[in-house]
Amino acid sequence: MAYAHQPFDYVAPSGLMAPEPRHKVIIVGAGPIGLAMAIELANHGVLATVLDDNNVVSVGSRAICWSKRSLEILDRLGVGERSVTKGVTWKVGRTFHRDKEVFNFDLLPEDGHKMPAFVNLQQYFVEEYLVQRAQELNIDLRWKNRVISVDQNADFVSITVETPDGSYMLEADWVIACDGARSPIREMMGLEFDGELFEERFLIADIEMQGDFASERWFWFEPNFHPGQSALLHKQPDNIYRIDLQLGWDTDPEVEKRPENVIPRIEKVVGHADFKLDWVSVYTFQCRRLRNFVHNQILFVGDSAHVVSPFGARGGNGGLGDVDALGWRLAAVINGAAAPETLQGYDRERCYGADENLLNSSRSTRFMSPEAGIERLFRDAVLHLAARADFARPMVNSGRLSKPCIYPLDAPDADLPVGARPGAVAPDAPLKNGWMTEALGRDFVLLVLGCDAPELGIRVVKPVLTDMIRRRYLGDQPQAVYLIRPDQVVAARWLSASAAEIEAALEQSWEG
Amino acid sequence: MILNTKTNIADSDGFYADLLAAHRGLPEAESHAMNARLVLILANHIGDAEVLTQALALAKAGS
Repeated sequence: MAYAHQPFDYVAPSGLMAPEPRHKVIIVGAGPIGLAMAIELANHGVLATVLDDNNVVSVGSRAICWSKRSLEILDRLGVGERSVTKGVTWKVGRTFHRDKEVFNFDLLPEDGHKMPAFVNLQQYFVEEYLVQRAQELNIDLRWKNRVISVDQNADFVSITVETPDGSYMLEADWVIACDGARSPIREMMGLEFDGELFEERFLIADIEMQGDFASERWFWFEPNFHPGQSALLHKQPDNIYRIDLQLGWDTDPEVEKRPENVIPRIEKVVGHADFKLDWVSVYTFQCRRLRNFVHNQILFVGDSAHVVSPFGARGGNGGLGDVDALGWRLAAVINGAAAPETLQGYDRERCYGADENLLNSSRSTRFMSPEAGIERLFRDAVLHLAARADFARPMVNSGRLSKPCIYPLDAPDADLPVGARPGAVAPDAPLKNGWMTEALGRDFVLLVLGCDAPELGIRVVKPVLTDMIRRRYLGDQPQAVYLIRPDQVVAARWLSASAAEIEAALEQSWEG
Repeated sequence: MILNTKTNIADSDGFYADLLAAHRGLPEAESHAMNARLVLILANHIGDAEVLTQALALAKAGS
């Protein structure tokens, strides 16, 4: 069933009548990242105002694969369970060369995690849930408010906003640009967006059909139904399927988008004509990022800061990683608990995360779209061997799926399981009631295992030592103390820690 | 000795990227020449005649 878009109400903003008091935070863009950012800040006690030039959720499925880590973040924002319930949970990916399955992978998560490895859910549903959550939190969402100019002053930003009733001015201590890959704010500021454009185009389509396709990711290299190119099929809720078809560079996107050209191609993929075309678009592969995401009082988050080619689910998930790294820091700056320099930590960590995403997605792109000559020769040799020898299979690259990056923290560490080392997201585990991810919450916490911790005024989580918690957090050690950040990243860990050691690590976590 | 066809490179993507990078910018004839040298270098490293025979057979299979 195709999604029925319900426009949100435009309300004439008070700034049209009289100047509004200076805002603490204005978020530009009510896509999944802008909305998540607003809710994350609200969870930390900061109410932002969100401006969007449109008044509906996304048209077309767009970002559909939400990773385990993103689902944990969405859960903290209050929409995780809903997203999993509605979404299609999958863990098996199959890769075909011509008409033969070359290999498959199983992202089978170990037991004992609240969230699955991946859920497919159209971006419009995620936005719908986030809008509802934002409304529950009384976040000021202003639809049909388009930012047309941005000026950075000494310690605040002034922006001009255009509405159906005319334009008005706003001032804010902080502006967060969540205005997407073509970010108008980035353009207005004249910032360079460096990187690579690949000479490749993909056609992307949502179709509605009563299919019995498995809940799996299917990727074809050079399928018989689309010779010489690549194709991807994903199942989404409500009998909507996502199909991506490689077009090559010598095609006219406008021509390719026409239903009379799209429909015959899709017929070949699914093997029949009994489907309805819901949405179609053509995109190019780009891997670019801003050199810095923090520009004084203006902060870039999500696609405005970095764009990657698809097939690794690194766009939407990468953006939520940004939200995760920025929210607690910015809220602390606004609440006076931290100096603005702490935001350099956001810049450093997310530039690192973006680089990891860019590296993986440009490698995938090269494999899918090799240059003529030696690149193509090696690519075809890998595919040829993959059907015959195990070693070639990990070389087949149809996208390396998003995983949270491990930040390179220079922090106290001990001989404890590598999966929970400083810089990594604290692994989930079932507790007596609920889950580790839920117990860790939104502030710094001390996770104290098998011992006592000094009194520091930091909340202590002291779970019963189950086998799973031992395996994920202790290994062979009888006890440990973990300092965990509000984004659930392990800040430091010890076999036993003094108050001074913990305080020093805490202080270090706020450094820029 | 038996030819190892199991995964033996820890970072396959990294190796593959290095391989392409080594070829980038080379005219086709030079790429082929470099590949030939690479095969000879790796074959010498392996040394074992039985393994090399199996490798040749796997490379020829289905071609």
